[in-house]
Amino acid sequence: MKGLDQALPRWVNIGLLPLLNVVTALLVSALVFLVIDVNPLKAAEILLYGAFGYQEGLGFTLYYTTNFIFTGLAVAIAFHVGLFNIGGEGQAYIGGLGVGLLCLALDTSLPGPALLLLSVLVAGLFGAAWAFIPGWLQAYRGSHIVITTIMFNFIASSLMVYLMVNVLREPGQMTPQSRLLDENSWMPFVHEVLAGIGIEFEASPLNLSIILALLCALGTWLLIWKTKWGYEIRTVGFNRDAAVYAGIKPAYVMVLAMAISGAMAGMVGVNEISGVQHRLILDFHYGYGFAGIAVALMGRNHPIGIILAALLFGVLYQGGAELAFEMSNINRDIVVVMQGLVILFCGALEFLYKPLLAKFFKEKAA
Amino acid sequence: MKNILFATVLGLTTAASVQAADFKPAVVYDKAGKFDKSFNEAAFEGVKKFQKDFGVEVKEVEPTNEAQVEQGLVKLARRGSNPIVAVGFSQANAVATAAEKFPETQFTLIDMVVDKPNVRSIVFKEHEGSFLVGALAAMKSGTGKVGFIGGMDIPLIRKFGCGFEQGAKYVNPKAEVFSNMIGSTGAAFNNPGKANELAKSQIDSGADVLFAAAGSSGSGVYQAAKDRHKYAIGVDSNQNYIHPGTMLTSMVKRIDVAAYNTWKAAKDGKWASGVEVLGLAENGVDWALDENNRDLVTPEMETKVNQIKADIIAGKITVHDYMSDNSCNY
Amino acid sequence: MTDYALELDRVSKRFGAVQANKDVSLNVVKGSIHGIVGENGAGKSTLMSILYGFYQADSGSISVFGKPADIPNSHAAIAAGIGMVHQHFMLVEPFTVLENIILGNEGSALLMQGQAKARKVLLDLSTNYNLKVDPDAIVGDLPVGLQQRVEILKALYKGAKVLILDEPTGVLTPQETDDLFAILKGLKEQGVTILLITHKLKEIMAITDNVSVMRHGEMVANLSTAETNPEELAELMVGRKVVTQLEKPDAAAGDDVLKVEGLSVVDAQQVERVKNVSFKVSAGEIVGIAGVSGNGQTELMEALAGMRSVDAGTICYGKLKISTESHIGPDELRDAGIAHVPEDRHRVGLVTPMSASENSILGYHRDDKWNQHGLLKPGLVEKHCATLMSDFDVRPQDPKLKSANFSGGNQQKLILARELDREPKVLLVGQPTRGVDIGAIEFIHTQLLKMRNRGGAILLISVELDEILALSDRIIVMCDGRITGEVAAADADERTLGLMMSATADLSSDSDLSSNSEQEQAG
Repeated sequence: MKGLDQALPRWVNIGLLPLLNVVTALLVSALVFLVIDVNPLKAAEILLYGAFGYQEGLGFTLYYTTNFIFTGLAVAIAFHVGLFNIGGEGQAYIGGLGVGLLCLALDTSLPGPALLLLSVLVAGLFGAAWAFIPGWLQAYRGSHIVITTIMFNFIASSLMVYLMVNVLREPGQMTPQSRLLDENSWMPFVHEVLAGIGIEFEASPLNLSIILALLCALGTWLLIWKTKWGYEIRTVGFNRDAAVYAGIKPAYVMVLAMAISGAMAGMVGVNEISGVQHRLILDFHYGYGFAGIAVALMGRNHPIGIILAALLFGVLYQGGAELAFEMSNINRDIVVVMQGLVILFCGALEFLYKPLLAKFFKEKAA
Repeated sequence: MKNILFATVLGLTTAASVQAADFKPAVVYDKAGKFDKSFNEAAFEGVKKFQKDFGVEVKEVEPTNEAQVEQGLVKLARRGSNPIVAVGFSQANAVATAAEKFPETQFTLIDMVVDKPNVRSIVFKEHEGSFLVGALAAMKSGTGKVGFIGGMDIPLIRKFGCGFEQGAKYVNPKAEVFSNMIGSTGAAFNNPGKANELAKSQIDSGADVLFAAAGSSGSGVYQAAKDRHKYAIGVDSNQNYIHPGTMLTSMVKRIDVAAYNTWKAAKDGKWASGVEVLGLAENGVDWALDENNRDLVTPEMETKVNQIKADIIAGKITVHDYMSDNSCNY
Repeated sequence: MTDYALELDRVSKRFGAVQANKDVSLNVVKGSIHGIVGENGAGKSTLMSILYGFYQADSGSISVFGKPADIPNSHAAIAAGIGMVHQHFMLVEPFTVLENIILGNEGSALLMQGQAKARKVLLDLSTNYNLKVDPDAIVGDLPVGLQQRVEILKALYKGAKVLILDEPTGVLTPQETDDLFAILKGLKEQGVTILLITHKLKEIMAITDNVSVMRHGEMVANLSTAETNPEELAELMVGRKVVTQLEKPDAAAGDDVLKVEGLSVVDAQQVERVKNVSFKVSAGEIVGIAGVSGNGQTELMEALAGMRSVDAGTICYGKLKISTESHIGPDELRDAGIAHVPEDRHRVGLVTPMSASENSILGYHRDDKWNQHGLLKPGLVEKHCATLMSDFDVRPQDPKLKSANFSGGNQQKLILARELDREPKVLLVGQPTRGVDIGAIEFIHTQLLKMRNRGGAILLISVELDEILALSDRIIVMCDGRITGEVAAADADERTLGLMMSATADLSSDSDLSSNSEQEQAG
C-alpha cells in the first residue's frame, strides 16, 4: 500500500530491471558511437567477438571476470551487514602486497601447492586486516565507513608506493617493480592446465584463480543464507535494534563481516600477483574495487547475480579493449565512457525504471 | 630529418627487406595514453608524420592496464604488424616476453634497453641536451640561481637534472642549481599542481630560470614562471609556443623522429636490432630556437650555445651520464 | 432535509490486489461529531487520505457542504475547508507555536508582517474556541496535549470547517483525553464538523453523535450513537461475537522471580530515563506497568531484557544478577528462561524483510537444535515455524512469507508464539496489542493469562489502561521515569491511575494548563 516495491514481482526486480538498465546503457553508448561515426551494430559485433569469439579473448574476459567476482562479493558481504565498503581498491591492493611479500620471501623454499594455499590465506588476511580497521572504527567509534574506507584506499596506495619505490624495487629498474617471482609460486594458467590434459587453448592471463572466485561465490552464498553467522549478518544489516534484541552484538558482527569482505577483495591479489603479473607492481588493482560496487549493485548482492554482473564487466573490459584495438575512431576513452554508462545506469540510476514498471504491473494486476 | 644517422648502432643485424603489402607498422603507447602532451604525444607526432608522408596506416594501441600492454604487443604481432614500436621504459618486460613469443617480429623499444635478437632499443643522451639548456639557463639568469624540477624520481630523470647542472656550472661555476622531484611513481608525470608549488618555492629561493623534466606536470612549472615573470625551459617536445615570452627554450628529445625512422627503416628493409643511442650528434636531442623565443635568446647566447653543442659533438666537452654510475659526480 | 458537511457516494480505492475501500458511502451531518471505527486495515486511513487529497478515489464521488468536490491534493482539501490532525504530529519542534501555525501560510515575503497578522488571528481563534496556547512557546517544550492543540489550531487557522482527527487519544493521559473531548464539544458548538477516527469504542460512546463502522474496506453500518452499544459495535467491526470479558482466576503468586532494586537507566543523550525504580514480580502473577508513552517504560523494559546497560541498581532473575558491573545480554537471559515481547514489533521484535520462518528463531538461532556442521537447518526451522503458526493461528500460514507482509495482529502472534514456545519463567511484554485487531487482542490476552495460570511471571507494559486493568494482578504506575504509585488490580480504576500517570507532569508543563488543576493533590 505504501511503497511501490511491493507491486513488483521478484523476477522483475532481479531480472528485468537490471536487464533494462544494461540495455539503456548500451543504447546510450550506441548514440555516442553514432556521434563519432561508428556503426553501433558493427561495434557490438566486435565487442562480442573480442570477448567470446576466440580463445585468448575469452581468456581475458574471464580473467577480468575473476577480479570483478572478488570485489563484487566484497561489496555484497559488507552490504548485507548494512555497510558500504568502498575500500575494495585498497583491500585488493594490500591483499596483493601480502601475496607479493610472501612469495618474495619463500618462493623458492616451499613446494608450489603449499605456497599457493598460503598465498590465498595471506591475501585474505591482508585484505581482511585492511577492512578490519575501518570496520572497527565504524562499529566501536562511529567513524563513517564510507569515509574511512576511502581514506584507506589512499593509505594503501601511499604505502605501496613507499614500499615499491624504496624497499621492494628490483635493483637497476626504473619502473617500481619487484623482481620476478619464481615460477614455483605461480598460479597455474588455465591454458597450461588444459594443455596438461591434452586440450589446446590459446595463452591468456586466465588462471586457476577463477576456480577460487567461484568457490568464494559459493562460500559467500552458504555463509550469508545458510549459516547462523550469515543470519546474524543479515539481521544486523536489516535491523540493528532487532539484532540487539536477539542477543547479537552488532558491532562485533559488523567487524566480522567487514573482515570477510576485505578478505574477498584481497583475493584480487592472488589473481593478479600469483596468477598474472608474477611480480609486485604498482596499480595492478586499479579500478576493480570501484567496479565491484557496480557489480554488486547489479548482481543484487547475490553471488549468482554477481557472477553474471562480473561477466558483463569482463566482457566490457575485454570487448572494449578489442573495440579500441580494431576501430581507429574508438579510443580507450570512449570505452571508458561506455563502461561509465553501464555503471551509471546499473548503479546510480538503478531504480530508473522502477516506478514505470511498478505502474505497469499494478495496472496489469488491477 | 633525413640527415639523422644511426651512428652508434651496436651489433647490427639487418633484417630481411619487407614487402610493401605486408608492411603494417604499429605503436603501443604506455598507460599514460597518447595525449599526455609530452612523451607519448611525441611518439604520436611521429605516427602522424609517417602516415602523411607514406600514406601507410600505423596501428595504435593504448593499454589501460598492465595486462593489456603485453596483450596489445602480442595481438599486434599475431596480426602481422611489423615493426612494433613500444613507447616508454615501463613496457620493457612486456616487450621482452612478446619478442620471445614472436621471434620474427621486429620490436622497437624507446627509452629502455632489452637485449633480444629482434628488439631494437632506442635510448637518448638526455644529459647532452640538458647540458645545453643548462648552459643557456645560466647565461640568462640574473641571480645566478637556476632550478630543475623532475617528474618521477628515477635515474632517467636524474640524468636530465645532472646534465642541466653540469651545463649551468660550465657557464657559471658559481651558479646555484636547485633540484626537486615531484614524486616517486608514474603519477608524478601528471601532477601540475605540485609542480607549480615546487616551481614557486624555487622562485622564492631566487631561481629565475626553471627546467622541467616532468611530462604533463611541466605545465605547472611553465605557469609559475609566467606568473612570476621568470623563465622556464620545456622538455621532450618543442614547448616554446606554450607561453611565448617566458619559455626560454625546450630540450627536445626526438621520440617522434626515432619512431618515424624505425618504421621508415623497416619499410626500406633496413631495420636492425641492437641498441641505438641518440645524442646531439644524431639530432636525437637538441635545444629549440624558433619565433616564440627568438627575442629571449641574444645572438651571443645563441653563438655560445651552438659552440658548446659543437664541442660536445666533437668530444671537447664530455658530459657525465648519471645512469653510467648512478651518481652525479663529474 | 439535513445539511451534510460531507457526502461520500460509493467511493472505491484499490492498491494492487488489495481493495482498500469498496463502495464506501458516508454522510456526515454538519456540526456533528461523527466517529469512524474499524479494525486495523479496515480502510479508515485510506478513506481519510482520500478526503485529505493524499490518494485519489478510483470511483465514486465526494461532496463538501453540498458541492461536488474534486480533491487532488491537500491544498484542495484545505481550500474546501477540510483540516486534518494526524496521529503523529506534523510540527517543527524547535519553532514556536506561532511559527508552526503559519507554516505554509507565511503570507508576505517578510516574515514579520505575516506573523503580526497571524498573531491576531490566532488570538481570536483561541478565544473563540477556548483553545489557550502561548503563541511564543517552543513547541518541543509543550506537553503532548498542548502540541495536539497546536495541530488543531493549525487546521482552524487554515479555515477548516471539517476537522478530521486520526486516533487523537493514543498519546494522551485520561485527563488530557477529557480536555480534548471538552475542546471538541466546544468546536462542535461553534459549528465545526468533526470526524473522529478511533478504535476505542468507549470514546465513540462518550462523544460522538453518529458512528460508522468499517470492515474489510466496506462500510458495514451507519448508526446513531445513542441507539447502539459497544458490544454491537465490536461485533460489527470483527464480524462475529467478541468475548470482552476474560476468564481470570485469582492469582496464585509464588516466589519472586524478578527483583529490581534502585534501578536507573541513562540514555544515549545522557538523559536519565529510569530513576531509582524498585519492584518485584512473582511467579504466577501479572504485574502491569501503566503510564503515558515515553515516561521511561521503554528504557525500563530494554534494561530488563538486557538490551540496555544499567547505570545504577540491580536486576535479579533468581541468581542471575544484572548491575553496572555485570552486564548480561539478551542471549544469556533467553537461555535462563526470560522471554521478551518488545513493544515495537517492527523496529525490534521482527526483522521484517526476513521470512516468518527466519523470524521464528530470532534470538534462538544459535541453538544446537537449528545448527549442524555450521549450517542452519532451514527445513527444520520451517517446520517449527509452521507448528507455531498453527498453534497461534497466524495467518496466512506460510513460513516462507516475508514477515512484513503479515498484518499487525499476525506479526504479534508470531512473536508471542516464538517467545512462549519454550515456556519461559518470565515474560517481559510491551504493548502486546498496539495496532492489533480485536480478534487478535482476545487471543493474545488469553495466551498471556494461560502463561500466568501455569505459574509464569509476566511484566506487562502498556499505555492502554483497559488492557492493564483487564490483565494485571498488581499495577505499577510510571511517570517521568519514577514509580508514582502501586495498587492491587482490584483497587484500581482509570481515574486514580490517570492521576498517578500525570503525577509529576505539572512540574515541567505550563501552569496555564487548566487541565492540570487536579494534579497538585495527586503529586
